[in-house]
Formats: sequence, C-alpha cells, structure tokens
Amino acid sequence: MPAHKLLGMALRYLLLIWIAMIFIFPIVFMVISSLKPDLQLLSDSSSLRAFLPVGDISPTNYLSAFDRAPILLFIFNSVLITGITIVFSLFLCSLAAFSFVFLSWRGQGVIFAIILATFIVPFETIAVPLLLIVNNLPWIGLEGIKNSWINSYHVQIIPFIADALTIFLFVQYFRDLPKDLIEASRIDGATWFQVYRRVIMPLSGPIIATAAILKFLMMYNNQLLWPIMVVQEESYRPVMLGLQYFFQLNTQWGEIMAYLTIITIPVLIFYLLLQKAFIASIASTGIKG
Amino acid sequence: MGQVILKSVQKKFGDLEVIPNLSLIIPKGSFTVLVGPSGCGKSTILRLIAGLEDATGGEIIIDDIDVTHLEPSKRKIAMVFQSYALYPHMTVAENIGFGLTLAKVSKKDIQKRVSEVAKILQLEKLLQRKPKQLSGGQRQRVAIGRAITRNPKVFLFDEPLSNLDASLRGQMRVELTELHAQIKATMVYVTHDQVEAMTMADQIVVLNQGVIEQVGTPMDLYDFPDSLFVARFIGSPKMNIMEGEIAEKYFCQKLGVRPEHMEISKEEGLLNGSIRHIEKLGADTLVYSEIKGYDTITARVVGNLEMKIGDTIHLRFDKKHVHRFSNGNRLNTQF
Repeated sequence: MPAHKLLGMALRYLLLIWIAMIFIFPIVFMVISSLKPDLQLLSDSSSLRAFLPVGDISPTNYLSAFDRAPILLFIFNSVLITGITIVFSLFLCSLAAFSFVFLSWRGQGVIFAIILATFIVPFETIAVPLLLIVNNLPWIGLEGIKNSWINSYHVQIIPFIADALTIFLFVQYFRDLPKDLIEASRIDGATWFQVYRRVIMPLSGPIIATAAILKFLMMYNNQLLWPIMVVQEESYRPVMLGLQYFFQLNTQWGEIMAYLTIITIPVLIFYLLLQKAFIASIASTGIKG
Repeated sequence: MGQVILKSVQKKFGDLEVIPNLSLIIPKGSFTVLVGPSGCGKSTILRLIAGLEDATGGEIIIDDIDVTHLEPSKRKIAMVFQSYALYPHMTVAENIGFGLTLAKVSKKDIQKRVSEVAKILQLEKLLQRKPKQLSGGQRQRVAIGRAITRNPKVFLFDEPLSNLDASLRGQMRVELTELHAQIKATMVYVTHDQVEAMTMADQIVVLNQGVIEQVGTPMDLYDFPDSLFVARFIGSPKMNIMEGEIAEKYFCQKLGVRPEHMEISKEEGLLNGSIRHIEKLGADTLVYSEIKGYDTITARVVGNLEMKIGDTIHLRFDKKHVHRFSNGNRLNTQF
C-alpha cells in the first residue's frame, strides 16, 4: 500500500477511535465511579484516574443503592411500561402507515400532514391538558371501575402508543417496498389485513427493530415529567423517578452512579438484541440517530 | 379457460387519457400478445383485466361474467409480473401455495397441488429454497407456478421475460409456449419485444397510444400490416419504407418492402447506392445501404456476403412483395 494511502487510513482510524472515545468515556466514567467511595470519586474526577479502576474498588455502592430504593421494582415497571408501549405502538403505527401508503381514502394527505405536524409540538405543551383529560377518564380494570387514570400503568402507556416518528418511519419504509408484491398478494386472494400481516410485516424486520429501539429509548429515558405528574404511588414508578431517592438527605454520588449503571443494563440488552437489524435499517433507509 | 371481452373500455389517470375507447375479444384458450412501444397502454390493459386498475368506463367480461368492479382475487385470473413478485420471506413451496393457503385449502391438498405444479415446471428440487437462492429463470418458473396453482381462467403475463438474458429468454419462450399447449389456458401476454410476440402468439394485438392498430395472427400482421405503424413495428429488421418517385410508381404515398425481399443485383437496379454497414449474423447477413433520396435501406441476404462497406450496391424487389400505404393505411387495391 502506498505511504499516502496508509497515512490516510491511519488518520481515518484515529478519527473513528476519537469519536468512539467520546461516546464510551461517559459510560466508563459511570461504571468506574460506581465502584469507588465518594471521597475517592471526587478527588479522581479531576484526573485521568476517573476512568481507571484504581484505588479502593468495591461493590459497596451497589449494595447501598439496593437498600435505598426498590430498584428491581422500578426496573420492572419501566420495562413493563416500555415493553407494552412498544408492542402496541409498532402494531398501531405500522397499521396507520400501511393505510397511508397502500390504501387510498379521502383526506389521507391532510391527515398525514397533521400527524407530521405533531413532530414540532413538544410534549411539555400538551402535558397539562393531557393530565386534565386522564384525571377524569374512567377505567375498567381488574380492580373494578376507577374514575381516573392517575396512579396506574396504563396512564404511562396509552398516551404514548401513537407517535408521529414511528408512523413516519414505517411510511418511509413501506414506500420503498416493491408494489408488485402487494398486487401479487391481492391477486392471490389476500385481504388487506392479510397483505399487512403475511407480506408486509415479515419484510419489515429492519424498520421494526429501528422503531422499537427508538421507542424504547424515548420511553425508558424520558419517563420523568409525565410520571411525576400522574404517579404518586411508589408501586407504579419507573426508573427515572427512582433517581430522586438518591438526591434526598445525603447525596452519595457513588450510589447514583451504581443506580445509573444498573438501569442502563436493560437499554444495552435491548440494543444488543436488535442492533444488527437496527444498523441494517439505518444503512438502507438513511435514518440518522 | 376463459374468454375475455373488453367492451369500450376507457382509462384515465387524472386528465391523462391512456385508453380512449378500446374493445377487444380474447378467445378462450388463446395465447394473445399485446404488443406496442413503451407508453402505448398495453400494461394498463393487462392491469385493467387483472383488476389492479379501475376502468374509467366500459365493461370487462371474463367467461360471461362482468368483472369490471370485482376485486382482483374474485376474477379467477393469475398474473406473472415482470419483477416476478416472489415473496422473499417464503420458500418456493410457500410461494407457489400462497394462494391456496389464503383460500384455506387443507395442508395436504396444498402439498399435493404444489408437487404437481413443481413437477410440470421442474422445480421439485428447489421447493425449500428462498427466492434469493434461485437464478432468474428459476424465479420466473416459480412465478408461473404460483399462477398455475390457482387454476385460473386467464393467465396474465406482464413482460415476464424482460429481466432475463437473451439465451434464457429464448429458452423460456419455448417453455411458455409448451406450457400453453399443455394446460390450454387463455393467456394474455404483454411485451414490447415483437420477436416474443411473433414467436409465441396465436393472436397479436398491436397497440399505439391506447388504440388498437391491428389484431390478427402473427403472419397476418407480418404479411398484411393494416397500417404503416404495424408495418414498421412488426418484423426485425424493420420494413424498408420509401416515398417519393418510387412510391408514386406504385400509386401510393409510402412503399414498404421487407429486408428479405430486397435483392442485391449485379446490374443497376431500381435503387443504386453504397454499402454503409454490414451485420453478419451467421445464417444470414444484413446489409445497410445508403441510397440517395431515401432513408437507409436494409437487405437480408441468406448466408455470407462477399462485399464490404463502401462498395457500390444495386437493389431491386419484386412487385408482389410490396406493401402500399397512403395516409398511414394499407392500400389493398390492385395497381
């Protein structure tokens, strides 16, 4: 290989390593800090030692974190809320996208434009009206009829099932699928729902993975403002609300880092499970994170 | 087997009129080829018969049943697409049996029918493969298999061979013609390739801008083209069209002579000029000549020709082989 090409390649790799470090360092800092006592953590934070497992390393912070908050309950709540939201969201948003792309009905363009317009409406602007609505909505559940959705799982799930981004992602993906496949299945005798279930969805693995990961991150990481408004009981709290347990009385940074490390694990597992399809989808659709 | 009748069928896409008013009878059991240049509406007609497009006006009748407003699956038709449209996530067997699965036929019967079809199309060893593991020709056969399984009254083919290479296209032409002879179904086949049309059809429909120019057997169209358009479209190389003095001699505006009816003469003939290009095809040779006052004149000579580019050439033809046209239409009167 000529010297100038070798140099170019080396520079490219250096750049990639540098970018990778930017993303990895906060995680390394979090994990390493979770193993250190607070005094050492604070003194190491101004040097490179913050990123190295040196000094007094122990799992004490993890044990104290579990004592301070019901972490497993919070993780269970978050995973349950996020999981159910993802399943319903993928189903409903893909169905909506299917109707926008493959069916033709009056007002289709206008409705799609309205959905896209909701992109620019921040959740904070609708939080209070939404609270007023859910506060007065009745619910029939296992415990009988309730007059409000407050303090429940479903209040953290239902308002987030449909979202413009997921619909948009499916619409873009469906538009690129060969039209002949849909026509062939119609001639073969498939109903529209069969076309959706037996032809379109089996071919939509990459976009399902992408939408699922984005939705997971959106739900799991942002469960803060809305749960503060609608959940008072500990039994329905998600992980992000659990963080406030560590800021009461004496703040222990090591425990906070331990808590954050623990609650990051589900995100990593979920991403690792779907990363192959996620990367394939980003490569094919040009979606950027 | 089904007869297809199109009665005053019209199709508009917004303000664009693709099929102004078309009537056609496709006889039961025939192999009818719709042929024409790109954009002439041939695929639209096929899609109208399939029910993939709604007719703006007129009626479509299959075996005495008005199917104009029926769903594609209710028309008892099957279609083979140019792209094959095989379901990538299904095996060959699942692709072939998909229509039957949707119709809730028992697994045993589906398996039996798939095996029968696979045998006809020599796909038995490929049944568990996915489409991406197949060659172009094999994919084409699976697409045809999927169509056969459903026992349709009419098969519709939308340029099914255009993605194949030349040798495979030739082979598939033969296989399709044999398949038609074997199952005796009505087949409607769309192509822009007039060689496919000539070699496969019982009946050819030549289309131009959504209007039928001529319907007939391949040899009818070749020997007696009704219009200048058909004369130019059918036959390869194209018919030589001459106008001016030579046409006036034959009391017409344009005079057509097929390349194989042009003779190269040693003495001065009707048309004298020089050779512009020679194509040696093996069995015969195509000679393109530059004749003053005319477009390039092509002559087909059997075997090899010992002449070279730039040589002087004299061409003549027998008057029994001329085609006379005025105002774009054939003149059948004696001269």
